[in-house]
Amino acid sequence: MTPPGRPRPRVGSFEQLLAAKEIVICCGAGGVGKTTVAAAAATMATLSLGGSVLVLTIDPARRLADALGLEALGNAETRVPTEVLERAGIENPRGQLWAAMLDTKQSWDDLVRSHAPNPHTAQRILENPLYQNVSGRFVQSHEYIAMERLYEIHRSGRYDLIVVDTPPTRNAIDFLAAPDRMADFFSSRLLRWITGPGRSRVVNLATRPFYQVADRLLGSQFLEDIAEFFLLFQTMYPGFVERATAVKRLLHDRRTTFVVVTTLEAAPVREAEFFLSALADQKFHTGALVLNKVLPAYLIDPQAARVSERLAVAAPEAVATAGLADAGPPETVARVLREVGESFANFEVVAKREAELRAELAQAAEVVVSVPSFETDIFDVAGLLRLGKAIWES
Amino acid sequence: MSDGWDSAPSDRVTVPLLDRRLLLVTGKGGTGKTSVTAALALLAAQHGTKVLACEVDAKGNLADFYETSRLDFKPREVQRKLFAMSMSTEESLQEYLRLQLHLPAIARIGPLARAFDFVATAAPGVREILTVGKLAYEARERHYGLVVADASASGHVIGQLVAPRAIDELVRVGPIHDQTGWMLDVLGDPVVTGLVIVTTPEEMPVNETIELVQRVRAETDVDLAAIVVNRVLPELFSRVDEEVFERLREPAMASAVARVSGGDDAATAAVFEAARLAVTLRRTRAGHLDRLREAVPSEVPMLFVPYLFTRGHGLRTTAQTAEALSAELGY
Repeated sequence: MTPPGRPRPRVGSFEQLLAAKEIVICCGAGGVGKTTVAAAAATMATLSLGGSVLVLTIDPARRLADALGLEALGNAETRVPTEVLERAGIENPRGQLWAAMLDTKQSWDDLVRSHAPNPHTAQRILENPLYQNVSGRFVQSHEYIAMERLYEIHRSGRYDLIVVDTPPTRNAIDFLAAPDRMADFFSSRLLRWITGPGRSRVVNLATRPFYQVADRLLGSQFLEDIAEFFLLFQTMYPGFVERATAVKRLLHDRRTTFVVVTTLEAAPVREAEFFLSALADQKFHTGALVLNKVLPAYLIDPQAARVSERLAVAAPEAVATAGLADAGPPETVARVLREVGESFANFEVVAKREAELRAELAQAAEVVVSVPSFETDIFDVAGLLRLGKAIWES
Repeated sequence: MSDGWDSAPSDRVTVPLLDRRLLLVTGKGGTGKTSVTAALALLAAQHGTKVLACEVDAKGNLADFYETSRLDFKPREVQRKLFAMSMSTEESLQEYLRLQLHLPAIARIGPLARAFDFVATAAPGVREILTVGKLAYEARERHYGLVVADASASGHVIGQLVAPRAIDELVRVGPIHDQTGWMLDVLGDPVVTGLVIVTTPEEMPVNETIELVQRVRAETDVDLAAIVVNRVLPELFSRVDEEVFERLREPAMASAVARVSGGDDAATAAVFEAARLAVTLRRTRAGHLDRLREAVPSEVPMLFVPYLFTRGHGLRTTAQTAEALSAELGY
């Protein structure tokens, strides 16, 4: 499909951006299509840029995960088989496409094992009931672990390009702060204070006002459980802080770029704008803005709008005299034409709103890509290829 | 919407939705959870109930849907009989300490809040119970006829709903333990509390809804009161009309249509293409809705809110959504 010696990527294109980077992080509000955009970009990079390309995804639709050959659980990186690519019409890709899914629990367990001072402590942490909660629902645990895993994979040197899909956060900016938050958490005075030296720390605590309030609320057994958990967890402090710093450095590296994905609806756009300004404030590299699921341009064509207005008032008499008798009874034809006209007017309202938002966002990034709204769901490599080509050619 | 969706009867409401006292609205991000919360509260208020609408996520934008300024923990009347507030676990803790434990108001909340933040980070349900507890408290005290909460998104709502039980298991003694009992009663009583899941007829939101329905049933006692399917595209044609539409798209006919419309062939083709897009989009989505209907217990009503082809968002959209829900609920 891709002849050797093909032309160099267009300057200022999405393709050129990917050609120059090692890590591409896709972010944006939930439901805007981050996962499919990430997978489509990775597919296109495999096709035209070559090398080993990995898409690291968080929560793909079942059918897409199946299409990429991903297992339901586990962190394993899987190569997308050549047959799967061939079925989608990709005959001689220049590179290899790999896919991996993030298993948060598994990643946390691995992290504990590698940072705990010894296997015994690791085991005690893994068995602590509070750990289950921390690993599952720790503030920003998904965000942190996604970046941590990215760091780990990048460091392995196995891939030329890693495209990452970020977890759906309440606030897309959260994961940028996650490494800092993690370091803060471990270096917090409160943690050291709770887990301070002395074997009777809980007894010591009992004299503190905070403890007295907390004891009234929660009971001392519960507090002791918490204290023990933190004490164990703190043994991992040096490893965690060092790693969080390294993860942060990687995110700021010039080989890393951020791609903000949004649809042209009010709420996701607001989040995208917020995210773009946060990236700029914190001096991250914003490579591209992808406007996803955009309605077709013909919906804002003034000529088409005039046609739709006429059709919306099409009278049966006019229809009867216009040579449309073969299509059906005049009343039915008039009704259908009216429906067609009104439907266009409806979608025109939405398309105009989208055009307005697109104009506002146009200055936000070096590369702004518009991707059409596909009429059917994207659940296989052929679909990804269709989406990817739209990104490439936009 | 009363047209279409023959496979989706919406008339089997057991406890009428707005007759409950606490509605927790959840759903995948981006499906219009806040818009539905705002509309349900507005609808109830329009029918004379004193309503409290509460956004659980402080970063939410419930205020936009009523076109009012930023919401606080202290409820404010934003429409006639409609009060709105924004949840704050810190202020909820203060209120709890004052009302339940009769502790004096703490002048410097800072250190306590940091300590609390810290404990809440690791301890399951501490943060959640202050949120759910406040909502359940308002429902129990009957300061309002109805409390509607824009709860956490589907990924986190289970954690909120099971918080009282989790606390119950972890904290064996003390005043907090004593509190969880009545909270469980409030949340588990279908006459009082109902969960509303908002979805759109698309693949991922439908998948997430199906998964959530199963988890709610397996892990909580909360009654699933309704599923609101948002942004449902209209059905353009009956089957007969669609045959006519297909014939009109044929090249020979298209020119005749262009004559009727007074436009050129390209513009006419664009208008027809738009209609075809609308038909295809609706058809793809209908498949997802069928899947949803099959997976959801038949006694759970599904309410359909049409896609609103409007310019913006705000109170006007909230009112239109309320109107659509009103028709669905037979109000």
